[in-house]
Amino acid sequence: MEGHSVYVPKSGFTKWLEARLPIISLTHSSAVAYPVPRNLNYFWTFGAILTMMLVVQIVTGVVLAMHYVPNAKLAFASVEAIMRDVNFGWLLRYMHANGASMFFIAVYIHIFRGMYYGSYKAPREVLWILGVIIFLLMMATAFMGYVLPWGQMSFWGATVITNLFSAFDEIIPGVGTWIVTLLWGGFAVDNPTLNRFFALHYLLPFMLAGVVGLHIWALHHVGQNNPTGVEVKNICKDTVPFTPYATVKDAVGVVFFLILFAWFLFYIPNFMGHADNYIEANPSVTPAHIVPEWYFLPFYAILRAIPSKLGGVLAMFSAVLILAFLPWLDTSKVRSGNYRPVFRVFFWLFVAACVVLGWLGAKPAEGGYTLAAQILTVFYFSYFLIILPLLGLFETPRQLPGSIAEAVLAKKAKRAAPADASVNG
Amino acid sequence: MKLTKLLTAGVFTVVLGALSAPAQASEAGPTPPSVNWSFSGPFGKFDPQQLQRGFKVYREVCAACHSLKYVTFRNLAEPGGPLFTAGQVKALAAEYKVQDGPNDAGEMFERPGRPADHWPSPFPNDNAAAAANGGKAPPDLSLMAKARTYERGFPTFVFDMFTQFAEQGPDYIHALLTGYVEKPKDFNLPDGGTYNKYFPGHVIAMPKPINDGQVDYKGPDGKPQAPETVDQYAKDVAAFLMWTAEPKMEARKALGFRAIIFLILLAGLTYFAKKRIWKKLPDPA
Repeated sequence: MEGHSVYVPKSGFTKWLEARLPIISLTHSSAVAYPVPRNLNYFWTFGAILTMMLVVQIVTGVVLAMHYVPNAKLAFASVEAIMRDVNFGWLLRYMHANGASMFFIAVYIHIFRGMYYGSYKAPREVLWILGVIIFLLMMATAFMGYVLPWGQMSFWGATVITNLFSAFDEIIPGVGTWIVTLLWGGFAVDNPTLNRFFALHYLLPFMLAGVVGLHIWALHHVGQNNPTGVEVKNICKDTVPFTPYATVKDAVGVVFFLILFAWFLFYIPNFMGHADNYIEANPSVTPAHIVPEWYFLPFYAILRAIPSKLGGVLAMFSAVLILAFLPWLDTSKVRSGNYRPVFRVFFWLFVAACVVLGWLGAKPAEGGYTLAAQILTVFYFSYFLIILPLLGLFETPRQLPGSIAEAVLAKKAKRAAPADASVNG
Repeated sequence: MKLTKLLTAGVFTVVLGALSAPAQASEAGPTPPSVNWSFSGPFGKFDPQQLQRGFKVYREVCAACHSLKYVTFRNLAEPGGPLFTAGQVKALAAEYKVQDGPNDAGEMFERPGRPADHWPSPFPNDNAAAAANGGKAPPDLSLMAKARTYERGFPTFVFDMFTQFAEQGPDYIHALLTGYVEKPKDFNLPDGGTYNKYFPGHVIAMPKPINDGQVDYKGPDGKPQAPETVDQYAKDVAAFLMWTAEPKMEARKALGFRAIIFLILLAGLTYFAKKRIWKKLPDPA
């Protein structure tokens, strides 16, 4: 997008550099002059929050890797040595473990924000799909990271989840087993599994960072969506330069998010974890309940809701992959949920369904729990495959503002005269 | 618009409420009573006297079967712990024989313990521990206070986020040690098992480990420093095991307080900076 100003090198050195590598003007156009819709709310600060969390995870992770030993006999003790003997090792490790949870809290808010305001619609389909790829990479990275401490839940979580791939034997005999053997590096979860998971856990975040680069590139090419869902029509009237306006607002979001992070990190660092993971992995003792980390629970509930193993695995993967098709499943011409009265109800029901599915994922798969998970799984997929396609055809959206500027002025006028505004609600 | 929000919130509450009812019904076994720990909450600190008593209980009772392999002698003198003096720790370590080697002749040898040594385990390996204890090795206790928990249930686990409740482990250890009660008449106890009110399934391999008056709490003045009861022993050893599981807890909470004060100030400054910058933005007319 065309920015608010153009960088002009002034000194001899910057002129010299600009002629050879225009890196200063690139930074200027994408972080200073980049036009940002002036009506963005605080839900739009989660991109910055996620970028910060990725940096936190990579920095703490690299230092932890200097002390961690990826060996089935030594891994658990090396984590305890980090907690006890490494200077501020407890801080690094709790930061990394809770950081993963915070990363997922932020990414779920970011995804739901995109779904509510229709940020996936043209011309932002590729931006959205890159986001789904980031989400998949995050899940793979987090799953393998949880295996590394080599506690009971690490070991048994890895066993259950990798075993899921054997369901593909039902489609092409041998393929599932082949994948499982490849993941394990043998015939059971053991030292080779730990070694390859460690290597991949170190590799994937850098791939993730690469896709984040593409995600931001695509964003800066098409421009940000905004709460009205109306495209920018006039750069001067509808947008503000990224710096200082978005920079300072992002900073507010980041600092408030850090308070939440610090609360968990310093006071309840094991709240999101499992007690069983403080017991060293033991292949001959199975924990009473094998539960994945909280951020996988909705998908775990969907997996267990389906009575067949293959069906469950396919449903679980579909639940994530269906997000990539969202730009074409939602047929409405209106982007923002603010102007779609019926969509809003279903959207919030969908959010509630995801939360309850998450809660069900932590419960034993029996009786009423399974039934509830089955009903909510049907609703989960219906939302994408039936509700969104039909809503676009039948729903009557509210009148859209003519432009972002118009919406901003209307909001100001409403605030100035709140008495008559409340009449029509 | 308001109606929609209310409706959604209503549906959400009803669904969660309906689902939480069977959750509580299916959880068997009594919930461990909450003990008032000195180390709970944002300003919680270990009581060094309690940790020293707990260490005495561990050393005289638990250590006969349970290892404490992630703890070193020197840890006992470190800040945020039982605060034994360096001299006491050195003398204590020297009481133990530790295997070292191989020496220049290629042989393993025994030497007196040093503060840097890990706590010596009662058995040479897990198999020996299992063989001496009816087929199952007694678990290491270093991390026990974080490795045991009980179901908090909905909505308690949500409130725990705000109250910073993180003492399920010590609560459970205290409950377990005081949970050796008479078994119900209709309870079928298998051979070699003991009934325990709080152990999952109620059949525990460990016989009642401690009785009233077993550990001497007498101070230099000849009077007991704390009641010599199972309840007090259980509290003291649970507190000690919380420290062995989380030896940096005091440093963590102290740093956390400073970090959060800093972040709140920074948040205020950033927010008002934002307000000021955006106020100067002219209307889009």
